Amino acid sequence: MPLFWLILIVLAIAAVGYVLGRSRAMSSAGGELSALHSLPSYYGTNVAMKVVVPAFLLLIVWLLAQPFYVNSVISGMIPETSIEEGSSRGLVIAEVRRAARGLDNAVASGAMTEEFASNARADIADVSARLKDAGQIVTTQITQPILLAAQRYRVLNSTGNWIMSVVVILVALFGAFWALRETNAEFRARNVVEKGVKAILIAAASIAILTTIGIVLSLVFNTWEFFRLYPASDFFFGLTWSPSFSGRGSSSQLGILPLLWGTFYISIVALVVAVPIGLFAAVYLSEYASPKVRAVAKPLLEVLAGIPTIVYGLFALLTVGPLLLSVFGNEGLGIMQAGTAVMTAGLVMGIMLIPFVSSLSDDIINAVPQAMRDGSYGLGATKSETVRQVILPAALPGIVGAILLAASRAIGETMIVVLGAGAAARLSLNPFEAMTTVTAKIVSQLTGDADFASPVALVAFALGMTLFVITLGLNIVALYIVRKYREQYD
Amino acid sequence: MNEMPSIEQAKDMTESKISANKVQVFYGENHAIKDVDIEIQPRSVTSFIGPSGCGKSTFLRTINRMNDTIDICRVEGSIKIDNEDIYDPKVDPVQLRAKVGMVFQKPNPFPKSIYDNIAYGPRIHGLARNKAELDDIVSSSLQKAGLWEEVKNRLDEPGTGMSGGQQQRLCIARAIAVSPEVILMDEPCSALDPIATAKVEELIDELRENYTIVIVTHSMQQAARVSQRTAFFHLGVLVEEGLTEDIFTNPKDKRTQDYITGRFG
Repeated sequence: MPLFWLILIVLAIAAVGYVLGRSRAMSSAGGELSALHSLPSYYGTNVAMKVVVPAFLLLIVWLLAQPFYVNSVISGMIPETSIEEGSSRGLVIAEVRRAARGLDNAVASGAMTEEFASNARADIADVSARLKDAGQIVTTQITQPILLAAQRYRVLNSTGNWIMSVVVILVALFGAFWALRETNAEFRARNVVEKGVKAILIAAASIAILTTIGIVLSLVFNTWEFFRLYPASDFFFGLTWSPSFSGRGSSSQLGILPLLWGTFYISIVALVVAVPIGLFAAVYLSEYASPKVRAVAKPLLEVLAGIPTIVYGLFALLTVGPLLLSVFGNEGLGIMQAGTAVMTAGLVMGIMLIPFVSSLSDDIINAVPQAMRDGSYGLGATKSETVRQVILPAALPGIVGAILLAASRAIGETMIVVLGAGAAARLSLNPFEAMTTVTAKIVSQLTGDADFASPVALVAFALGMTLFVITLGLNIVALYIVRKYREQYD
Repeated sequence: MNEMPSIEQAKDMTESKISANKVQVFYGENHAIKDVDIEIQPRSVTSFIGPSGCGKSTFLRTINRMNDTIDICRVEGSIKIDNEDIYDPKVDPVQLRAKVGMVFQKPNPFPKSIYDNIAYGPRIHGLARNKAELDDIVSSSLQKAGLWEEVKNRLDEPGTGMSGGQQQRLCIARAIAVSPEVILMDEPCSALDPIATAKVEELIDELRENYTIVIVTHSMQQAARVSQRTAFFHLGVLVEEGLTEDIFTNPKDKRTQDYITGRFG
């Protein structure tokens, strides 16, 4: 039974359960609403909840567990002898899966009958030929063990799916009966539904947190793997970045320092652009602009935040780079070699960060109580004196937090630097030279065709981990500062 | 009226520090203050009383043009301080506010040290030529506000860390530091406990010697305790104004009588 139908059936049971629960509650109270502990809809919701939640939980667990079980059974069926030299068990299992899918599709398109597909004594050559006729891609010659395993795979999966459907529907029905049985006038359906809502919300929050942990773990394991192949001290203190993709990357020099330098240099240029402009824009919007101007200008400024970073990257590559080159290049001052440079990426990234800084700072400036402004104006201060001496000092911790958040955005930014900064990893002070960043190198390390187990590819995880630790640190400091600031006026 | 003002009129005009004539205040379409005429005497305390929303705070804020910071607010009529129209285009509201200080309902010290809170105004207006003069202004302002003994050893601590009553006296000291002639107080004790209130009231009574004080208050007892003259506002109209004793013992208007005897408000 397709998954879609199974889900629909469970939802239908829930809908029927809802109606039944409601009417059962009503009749148990003799149609007297005031005799019920909760509103009738709560009884219905209670039933629907007890149908849907356990059934879907079971469904999810089953869908995750079944492939593991099937794989382990199949894996046991394949004798060591049928694994060729230079191949691995994983590759053979992938072959089995492909063959099974081919059989499925062939049956579905009518190229072979179900009996033929599941016939264990079928002629291998005939099966292969028919599969090819049916347009199914079978890479190597199907061998006897593979065919047997593929057939077994199909059987396991289809029975598994049947059992799953039956069990899920049974669980849904059981939930409905259980909830309907406890439905009577005294039953505190409202409180039970409240608990259910709480549980669902907690589940949503934990999924987000667990995913974060999962991401970190996947980084950690791969980083660990990398450091077994490449010494950590060379990685953290090496001054050269020159991965060599030949010979399993053994002659590579993978020092992170040139990349970190590029990252920080570009981020600093970006912040030098974004912080003053963003801050001044925020001060104008919150202190000087009339409500009409503010209503128009604020959303316009925030449109900048909605532009995809790849578009900023194109802007850097096609507009800002050539523009800078015409001024600082060989026809001008002669200190810039190509359009891609730290300055190009930094300027464009700065523009990207303006709405980030301005909208956070605007919120923080607005949080400074009006009483502060009144106090200052009441002493005969002008607007700019008030802003400079009262509002900005009061808002300073929050603004610092906003700047740190912007900095962690800048450090993690990828598209703009890929297109705008160039690809050369170098330690240089000239902002008109091409440099590269950690993020840009992660992209280039993983999009190449390097062996995934070589240090040249695995270094991407170590780079990602380093970046993660840096931005996490910045975010923690920023949040700490912002929170401390909030306490000041509450 | 081409003739010279009579001696009697001239004397009357020099006597009052603030004189308001047919003042109207509009908040957008809302006519908040209607036809207010009042003469406020120098070196005395005048209190504005009246039920909530009667316009007494609004009128107070017209005296140092704090209403200018509200976009939709519009003022008509004339208000003169020392015979000078403060709504004249030549008058700089920023300068005016240095001359007419203000203390607000809730204590609002800046998130700076006690010293910097007091020094804020003098620094802006360049009242001190050097650090020693600034120190003098700070200590004398704190002394006048009766706060010196309590804070002299912790001038570099934040003003926000003091008690509510101390904060309000700090705000008064901050206003005094720019040597204003008039101090406007908008319900200065409404956020304070009775003991802190008593201290602030005592301070107001002392400040009367050197400053013209206008205070808005919800407490009729407070008006009776601290002020020499009292004005009663109702629905944006100045109902009655006179010596405090007269207003409280012998009100001329029925509405004033109803209010002070607690029949409404």
